[in-house]
Amino acid sequence: MASGTVINDAETDSVNPDSPVPTVVVDDLHVVYRVYGAGGDKGTAATALMRVIKRQRRPSVREVHAIRGISFVVNHGDAIGIIGRNGSGKSTLLQAIAGLLPPEQGCVYSSGQAALLGVNAALLDDLTGERNVVLGCLAMGMTPQEVKDRFQSIVDFSGVGNFIDYPMRTYSSGMAQRLRFSIASAKNHEILMIDEALATGDANFRAKSHDRIVGLRKEAGTVFLVAHNLAEIEASCNRVIWLEKGKIMRQGYDVPAIVDAYLEATGGEPRKRDKPTDNEHGADA
Amino acid sequence: MKERARDQGGPGTLTDDLVIPEVDPSTLADEPLADLAARYHLRPSAARPTALAYARQLWERRHFILGFATARNVAMYTEARLGQLWQVLTPLLNAAVYYLIFGVILGTNRGVPNFLGFLITGIFIFNFTQRACITTARVMPDSLPLIRALPFPRACLPIGYVIIELEQLGMALIVLAAIVLSTGEPLTWYWLLAIPALLLQSVFNIGMGLFLARLGAGADDFSQLIPFLVRTWMYTSGVMYSIQTIGTLRHHPTISYLLQINPAAVFISLVRNAILKTQRVSAPGSKPFNARICDLYYHNSKLVNDSAYCHATITTSQLWIYGAAWAVVALVVGFLFFWEAETRYGRG
Repeated sequence: MASGTVINDAETDSVNPDSPVPTVVVDDLHVVYRVYGAGGDKGTAATALMRVIKRQRRPSVREVHAIRGISFVVNHGDAIGIIGRNGSGKSTLLQAIAGLLPPEQGCVYSSGQAALLGVNAALLDDLTGERNVVLGCLAMGMTPQEVKDRFQSIVDFSGVGNFIDYPMRTYSSGMAQRLRFSIASAKNHEILMIDEALATGDANFRAKSHDRIVGLRKEAGTVFLVAHNLAEIEASCNRVIWLEKGKIMRQGYDVPAIVDAYLEATGGEPRKRDKPTDNEHGADA
Repeated sequence: MKERARDQGGPGTLTDDLVIPEVDPSTLADEPLADLAARYHLRPSAARPTALAYARQLWERRHFILGFATARNVAMYTEARLGQLWQVLTPLLNAAVYYLIFGVILGTNRGVPNFLGFLITGIFIFNFTQRACITTARVMPDSLPLIRALPFPRACLPIGYVIIELEQLGMALIVLAAIVLSTGEPLTWYWLLAIPALLLQSVFNIGMGLFLARLGAGADDFSQLIPFLVRTWMYTSGVMYSIQTIGTLRHHPTISYLLQINPAAVFISLVRNAILKTQRVSAPGSKPFNARICDLYYHNSKLVNDSAYCHATITTSQLWIYGAAWAVVALVVGFLFFWEAETRYGRG
């Protein structure tokens, strides 16, 4: 997927200087994926045969209707926090925006290829960290020369040290995540989506990666952030979308109010704020 | 997942239901969203590029395909103590098994000179296509995490798998060359003809791999079925007998012809003709037709070279044409078939 038409500032002016420029438009999106091997069958050959004869669907194949009709418009410069309980469809939504999961109905329009930094950016576990760096960069479309140039800085940033020569399956989950984040963030992206990419890093790495996210956000123009760490959301985002069971519960630019409502509805402790939160470029977190 | 872990720093996950409000229309633009997107030149994220653009993207990712194939190949044996040695040991053991059965236990030549060289060449060459079929039928379900994590032309994956098999074949060919030479075949310039033959076979395998990858992406039943289909294919492709000279097909030239133009038989014959002198001299049609000697050949299994005096059902130049045609047809059909479903592979 080649990067699409980039809406740069010059073009923006020719459309309308005052109105915001949309970079992502989500139009009545539905995403359904199939899960195999779910329970509900005795699992013998006889029951399978009966099913074929009766022309029934396999009960072990379940369709998960993860996103059920979502519409919103994201403008250039927005940093959108996506919150919601586990299983509410946050990661699925990001995958659909990135074009990795096809929509069942509706459509996602975007100004270019969106990059997704996710926990599940599974690379090849039985290969060494070094090969994962090279392959990940090549898959993102870098040339072998670019990979060579950036290799050392990626390894240094990840801080995995000597483990770079070991297979990735021997990494702790934090190390694997750090390396994946370093690989994925080695490239500038027009639309950047971060899915809990920092959940397991240690304190030092979280500080480093927060700086890098701020930098990437400036380059990218549009950032999506999924996090259960609400402080991170309040610090980095100017807009928030609250998902519940694949639908939008609430969304808007008043981040603290929506976060508070979310906490109240789901039974979390209210967040203590010493002063009004700076939504734009907060530095705590 | 009824029990969910409590999230770090976030609210607990409860099972009570929240009432979801209807969409507030004021948050959306006045015009239909599709029009808005069109006005700002936004494009569907899951849009499929044109076939030509897709081919170009694939070419841009050629380093990824090669890197992916090599890395997978290396990883395949990391758990084994002998490591990469298995790349050579696997074909050697394969050859040993067939030598034991056909060379020692059955002791047959099936009317073919240098039967051992003939057999092992056939098995190794067929194995390339066989392995490509079986692995590409599974590649899409196996790579689902990778597909859902990174955007890249999905055809990289089946092509990469065929390249893995090609790299494996490289090792097998060294073993094959050693065995063939040890059976008394001379090393000649004809051997170079094996290179274009294997290239055509690789192109054919890529096309077929793309085709099977899409079939295998849909239902797992298909990849269960594949081994049986492939084995049937092996028995009809003259791996263990010569289609040209087998007695049962002598009076059925049409069937014999059809069996011989099947792609696996074509590529196997091309390689055999390249590296086995005994095949070249005994091929039907390589000597002027002589009905009496030909008839004798079919009645006396010792006169293995006299098949040369029989009529050829297919000539070597025809084999090359068929080989090239199969490669092109498979590549075009497989590519278009795979490309058509490009945006749907992430669904699983």
